[in-house]
Amino acid sequence: MLQKKKKSILELWMKNQLSDEGLREDLISNEELRSQSDELVTALVGNLSAENFSDLNSDEWSPVIEILGGIAITRARQGFSPRETGNFVFSLKEALLQVLQDEIKTDPMMLFQESMKISRIMDNLSVVTFETFIKGREEVILRQTDEITEISTPVIRVWTGILALPIIGTLDSARTQVVMENLLQEIVETGSSIAILDISGVPAVDSLVAQHLIKTVSATRLMGAECIISGIRPEIAQTVVHLGIDLSNIITKATLASALAYAFQVMRLEVRKVNSIQK
Amino acid sequence: MTTKTSLLMILSLSKDNIQIVREQDSVFLKNRVKEVAVKIKMGLVNQTRLITAASELVRNMLRYANGGNCLIEIVSSGKINGVRLTFSDKGPGIPDITAAMRDGFSTGKSLGLGLPGTKRLVNEFEIKSKVGEGTQVTILKWANG
Repeated sequence: MLQKKKKSILELWMKNQLSDEGLREDLISNEELRSQSDELVTALVGNLSAENFSDLNSDEWSPVIEILGGIAITRARQGFSPRETGNFVFSLKEALLQVLQDEIKTDPMMLFQESMKISRIMDNLSVVTFETFIKGREEVILRQTDEITEISTPVIRVWTGILALPIIGTLDSARTQVVMENLLQEIVETGSSIAILDISGVPAVDSLVAQHLIKTVSATRLMGAECIISGIRPEIAQTVVHLGIDLSNIITKATLASALAYAFQVMRLEVRKVNSIQK
Repeated sequence: MTTKTSLLMILSLSKDNIQIVREQDSVFLKNRVKEVAVKIKMGLVNQTRLITAASELVRNMLRYANGGNCLIEIVSSGKINGVRLTFSDKGPGIPDITAAMRDGFSTGKSLGLGLPGTKRLVNEFEIKSKVGEGTQVTILKWANG
């Protein structure tokens, strides 16, 4: 019965969607919306039969779920809110129920039973939509995390032979790995002899972070370069002492400026104020 | 065996429970601990100590027990306020607490400063552990202690 009504379902659904106040024309064009809806209704109606009606796990449903999942993921990436994505499915339910009502006018008992069936199936589909929607969002978050790790560990050449590496945020094992790799690579490429690790942006130094720092320093030394740790704030210094971490083998400075001054000293460079303006 | 200092006569003013399952949760926990510490006007040095201690314990929990639970409380002894953190896990437990509390002892490949270091960072420290059942560590830091 529903198969015959496919056209009117689609029309009604489109009308519902278009009349919805929350329609996001800025994010999706009407044509795109129509083709998405058409695809979904075709799959839904085409795979619907009396036997599999209540069983969402049956094979016939998988294309529908696939299409719905695809739509949900795209929407998550495009920046739709959960409500807007939910309304997409809920308005289909309304359209279906309306068609059903027009069809079965005489038998209220049957109308009720059919409506219940439709209702159940559509609720299941909306749950699927939400699950995929959230999955889509989580992927976005994971990608951003990767991006942050990438961009937050730049190696800067502050002077010929001197590298600086400001670390911002928590230093965990994965991050240390990235920092160490970038730093060692850059030491090889530039032939630098001094590297400054600035931890001004690290909120807390616990034993693991300290261990990571010590490892980075040892690795740098193996490469024949000296590593200075700068940006040690007073509260961090006290915490490190209380924890009992021994950093005495490492050159540490309070600020990046003093680390740079030390580096200049080691390289026998001098920064002087020019007294007379040269012409 | 328990290493115990007195946690009596202390009133709990607010409670907040945080599940620790993944490494990302530790960042969330540290932010929450900081919020609470700022709320009771804890000084910057003490805040850092408390957060570092929490960081050590949460890492132990993730590493050896695959996560657990952390209860954050604002407590009051009448005169001063403080933050109490209770870390409970259902991990393998610690067979020898005396050894675990010694500097440089580690069953993993760490520096072995986590537990003894934490004890030095906070005002009160209590550890209970049963092999096969789990471990509970309670720490307390006074606002100006």
